Amino acid sequence: MESAVLKIENFSAFFGENQVLREINLSIPQNRITAIIGPSGCGKTTLIRCINRMHELIPNVRVSGKISLDHEDIYDTDPIIVRRQIGMVFQKPNPFPMMSIYDNVIAGYQLNGIKLSKVEKDTIVEESLKRAALWNEVKTSLHRKGTFLSGGQQQRLCIARALAMRPTVLLLDEPTSALDPKATSHVEELIVQLKDTVTILLVTHNIGQAARVSDFTAFLYVGELIEFGPTERMFTAPKNKRTEEYLTGKFG
Amino acid sequence: MKELAIRRRIIADKSFKAIVVLLSFASILPMFFILFFIITKGISVVDWTFLTHLPKPVGEIGGGISNAIVGTFMLIIISTLFSVPVGVFAGIFLCEYRKGRFPYFVKLAVETLQGIPSIVIGIIAYIWVVLTMGSFSGLSGGASLALMMLPVIITATEETLKLIPDSLREASLALGVSYPRTILKVVIPAGLSGILTGILLGVGRVAGETAPLLFTAFGSPFMNFNILKPINTLPLMIFNYATSPYPEWHTLAWGASFVLVVFVLGLNLFTKVVTRKWKVQF
Repeated sequence: MESAVLKIENFSAFFGENQVLREINLSIPQNRITAIIGPSGCGKTTLIRCINRMHELIPNVRVSGKISLDHEDIYDTDPIIVRRQIGMVFQKPNPFPMMSIYDNVIAGYQLNGIKLSKVEKDTIVEESLKRAALWNEVKTSLHRKGTFLSGGQQQRLCIARALAMRPTVLLLDEPTSALDPKATSHVEELIVQLKDTVTILLVTHNIGQAARVSDFTAFLYVGELIEFGPTERMFTAPKNKRTEEYLTGKFG
Repeated sequence: MKELAIRRRIIADKSFKAIVVLLSFASILPMFFILFFIITKGISVVDWTFLTHLPKPVGEIGGGISNAIVGTFMLIIISTLFSVPVGVFAGIFLCEYRKGRFPYFVKLAVETLQGIPSIVIGIIAYIWVVLTMGSFSGLSGGASLALMMLPVIITATEETLKLIPDSLREASLALGVSYPRTILKVVIPAGLSGILTGILLGVGRVAGETAPLLFTAFGSPFMNFNILKPINTLPLMIFNYATSPYPEWHTLAWGASFVLVVFVLGLNLFTKVVTRKWKVQF
């Protein structure tokens, strides 16, 4: 199998007394798209929030086990550093409403107090917006507020903002669940283009989306990893009976 | 039979509407009477000399309120400097840490402070600042006004920041921005219009305060830029002139009232503009 950039070993998470992730073992291959699917409440979102340590914002969460990025334990690293290496895009587009499109893209630098020259800024903005397939639509209105864009454009702006930090891994938490079908297919195309430069972990409700864009699929059910493998194999010949039932729509 | 019931409902509907309109109209009526009264009494007194000259001793004609205008602005600046940093940070605290005993007590304290009569705040400032420093002063007046502004600013900040969606905080934190920077550079700018509105409302509230200043800023017939000396303000001047036995001072008090009302009214309109113009759309 290909080289794993992100390794999750014996990982469990608890909300108070409630165990939401059970002994997850998962190796995320580099420069591939890995989809995490499963019914609501199975722990998909919790799992990826544990990867960039965003779960620490919620009180009473406890985790055990190990997650390593390039062989470094992320729980031994400052969460601020972890989050710069592992970007995240959320369900609902959340551009900063008080900033222009331009400032939104370099927000990761500006908010962290990292000084950049005008040329560096311009380069990062153009490069990130091009990678997020948004450049052509916004290149003449870079200094307008990001909230003037349509929902799909806003989501691509958020992807550009995450890419601007040049992360190793990009976490997408149901990135199209708030978008219409056309914007969704736009974002899906974009995700596929991105895998050459960044490893992508995609949480999705939409089984079709996992089938369309991902190389590998992980199926979670009630906090347990039921099956993990190449997407094509999973969808044509699932090994586990529950995977098959979920994929064929027997429950979900 | 059926038509009668419908007609009755229409009548009930219309009369209810009439009552609502009538009572709303009644509630704005006093404001117009006050404005009308003050404008007719005050506007004839106000001219350039009135605004730029010092008060004259009893018996002399003319004289102005320049020292009171300057003093009012000085006190507003002093009290704002005290209350804005404390108030905004307390508001952030109350919004960010909602659970636990300490935030509960802070909130209770803020509500209590809001309810304390202004004259009591004046006495407290007198005991704490005037007696300690040995003289009436602008500083002690500013301190008492700051205590009055504080709850307004804390509440406005807290309420504003509460409305800022968590998704914005998450967006910032997910970019590896530290928590303090997220608060200072994302949450506060997003809520700036609400916080500014709170500050302006606070200023509007204290600009017309008299009671806490009676034994702190005290008032003075001279122009004074020293915050350690007694200072005159518009409401103090109105109080002193209106309670004096001299009719020409009563006229001056009307003029000063007019200036004060115009200032507070202007501030309120400005607040509306700020709220609309700086409002951040999520």
